[in-house]
Amino acid sequence: MSLTASRLQSLLRSRTLAALTSPHGVDRYLEQVNPMWAAHEVRARVVSIRRETAGVDTAPVATLTLQPTTTWRGHRAGQYVQVGVDLPGSAKRFTRCFSISSAESDPGGQFTLTVRAHDEGQVSTYLVSQAQPGQMIHLSQAMGDFTLNESPATPTNNHLLMISGGSGITPVMSMLRTLLRDGYDGRANRRVTFLHYARSPEDQIFATELAEIAAGDNHVDVHLRYGDHVFSELELRRLVPDFRDVDTWACGPGGLIALVTAAYDVEVGSSAASRLRVEYFKPPTTGSATAEGQVSFSRSGAGAANTGASLLEQAEALGLKPEFGCRMGICFSCTTTKTGGTVRNVVTGAESSLPDEDIQICVSAPVGDCVVDL
Amino acid sequence: MSITHEPSTTSTTTSSGPTVARLPGDDQLRRLTAEQLDAFGAEMDAIRQRVLGQLGAEDADYIRRVVKAQRGFEVAGRALFYLPPAWPFAVAALSISKILDNMEIGHNVMHGQYDWMGDPGLNSRMYDWDNVCPGEQWKYSHNYIHHTFTNILGKDRDIGYGILRMDADQKWHPYYLGNPLYALLLMVFFEWGVAMHDLEVENLVAGKRTLEENKAIYPGLMRKIRRQALKDYVLFPALTGPLFPLTFAGNATANLIRNIWAFNIIFCGHFPAGVATFSEEECENESRGHWYYRQLLGSANITGGKLFHVMTGNLSHQIEHHLFPDLPARRYPQIAGEVREICDRYGIGYNEGPLGQQLLSVAKKICRFALPDKKSDLVPAFLRRPAADTVTETSLAA
Repeated sequence: MSLTASRLQSLLRSRTLAALTSPHGVDRYLEQVNPMWAAHEVRARVVSIRRETAGVDTAPVATLTLQPTTTWRGHRAGQYVQVGVDLPGSAKRFTRCFSISSAESDPGGQFTLTVRAHDEGQVSTYLVSQAQPGQMIHLSQAMGDFTLNESPATPTNNHLLMISGGSGITPVMSMLRTLLRDGYDGRANRRVTFLHYARSPEDQIFATELAEIAAGDNHVDVHLRYGDHVFSELELRRLVPDFRDVDTWACGPGGLIALVTAAYDVEVGSSAASRLRVEYFKPPTTGSATAEGQVSFSRSGAGAANTGASLLEQAEALGLKPEFGCRMGICFSCTTTKTGGTVRNVVTGAESSLPDEDIQICVSAPVGDCVVDL
Repeated sequence: MSITHEPSTTSTTTSSGPTVARLPGDDQLRRLTAEQLDAFGAEMDAIRQRVLGQLGAEDADYIRRVVKAQRGFEVAGRALFYLPPAWPFAVAALSISKILDNMEIGHNVMHGQYDWMGDPGLNSRMYDWDNVCPGEQWKYSHNYIHHTFTNILGKDRDIGYGILRMDADQKWHPYYLGNPLYALLLMVFFEWGVAMHDLEVENLVAGKRTLEENKAIYPGLMRKIRRQALKDYVLFPALTGPLFPLTFAGNATANLIRNIWAFNIIFCGHFPAGVATFSEEECENESRGHWYYRQLLGSANITGGKLFHVMTGNLSHQIEHHLFPDLPARRYPQIAGEVREICDRYGIGYNEGPLGQQLLSVAKKICRFALPDKKSDLVPAFLRRPAADTVTETSLAA
């Protein structure tokens, strides 16, 4: 069966079929027949959706079980995936990154995403509240280096430390689940300290499973902290005295990560020499109606105070040479990805604050801080 | 033709007043004042804004339905070549597939009309069409050069494609005696003409472009040509075994039918009598209103039924397309009435006619410009300035 499947896959990816389906590619034909058929792209069918928290005071959380196409290459614990959904009504596809919460998956194997429905997040809200079993979503392959780097099947004397806040629990939960699933005799076979900060016990994701893990004989210490009980170096030192010498994975909101990196005495983004690995989600930016702030061009590293001119003009003023054509918003030659901030379309006046959005820089002026991939 | 500008706006304006007339019969052309152009532009912007606000599931469903139909026709066409008696049907299905792919899907998707959907399969940066011209190169010459500098002599290379003489301001030369023959050849080999277009052969001959500048284009162009040829003239014929020659001929015929159809639709959109060309000077520092005005006078519509519009990629609404090149083309028929009404109010000609009439007019023009100019009236009646104090003028002033 799997042999047939892999033969079929290599046929679908063959150069002959690529030549026959040029210039569109095999997937553009397969998708017309069955959305679960693919040669290169990754898509998934939603198998089930389970509520994790009720979300009385906070945004609700749900876990989606996904059956990916056979093109899915599997994931390593801690990785994330880009999820694209066509939102109903507007018919626009929005793509966001979500960490995978299930243990490591095999090629073509099911996995889960655990998503909190942020008020500002159209994709997360849609996935938690509106998505239905059976529907298709678009995926990337698993990405990211925030991963467990040891084999669960081999017991070691290493001590692993996982620190997470809120929905930042998902990648470290994937690591924990992988260790317990794949470790000998259902144990991690190494010392694991799992420290998590949540708003309240009601808002605790995976509460039952964490209680079971905490109660089990599995080498895992679970510490849950709620409400105002924020991260402190003092407390970490009490739990793990030599924490700076312990392999650590920290994931959560920017505030938590700032505290953790300070405790490890490293700068965010320069933790190469440290045992600390971090992953954080940015707080959503809110659009302000001013033409102030800083414009940054991430690829070139250039940046300057926002002059209010179009991004194309501001980039050129800094000596960059972005591709452009009509300079009036009709030819799309200058389309570039805006990775953060708000822009105003000078032709339509529409403002947009979506991250990772393709914009025409010749007719887009930054409103406040703005980061563009140039 | 020229527009009355405020005296200080262009450097070429002489102290004595408006810019110099360039076309025979220009003195009869309707002129709009700068204020009228601004008001006209604002009305066009309002239509654009409204349609942009309406874009949604309907447009997405529509283009996906067209894509599904195109894929269906393509697969059916390729498959029917296995049944020799069905050869005409195979050719017909494949021709329809190629026409839909190039026009309603390819042309429009590569304009960025569906970029707002965020679907990589329908994105102007990803899409390439079933045509020997690489989409990447076409987007530059078409979306940028042609749509920005529409019908500006010396800048819009789509005027005559560097081969034909389609305008009185193109200086006559004995070479142009072959105008009808060149047009015929361009029609038959249209996809190749479009592909070679970016090599700017006419500028090479004129010494305005060096072979060196073309070198960057060759690899992409050759890759695309190889892929298209391999598919249509080697692989698919080979897959039908002993029917190789039939399939080969069928694929060539489908490409030919697409070439003829696309050429005719496109020439009817830009070159029927009455479509005006502009000089570089009069478009310097032009207002948005003037840009719209130029787009309008540079284009012509073809009337017809719904299926006809789909098969032209809605380029039968070339006027609306040139006004709003990045709006989904299926919206053009919906706004055509409104555009026409606005044009009527401003007394601007709205050139439309059935396919036969527009084709005849194009053919006449191709033959007419093969010959040197007579001092004749080249400006058609609907573009002429009516006698003073007509109803239109007073209603505008009101």
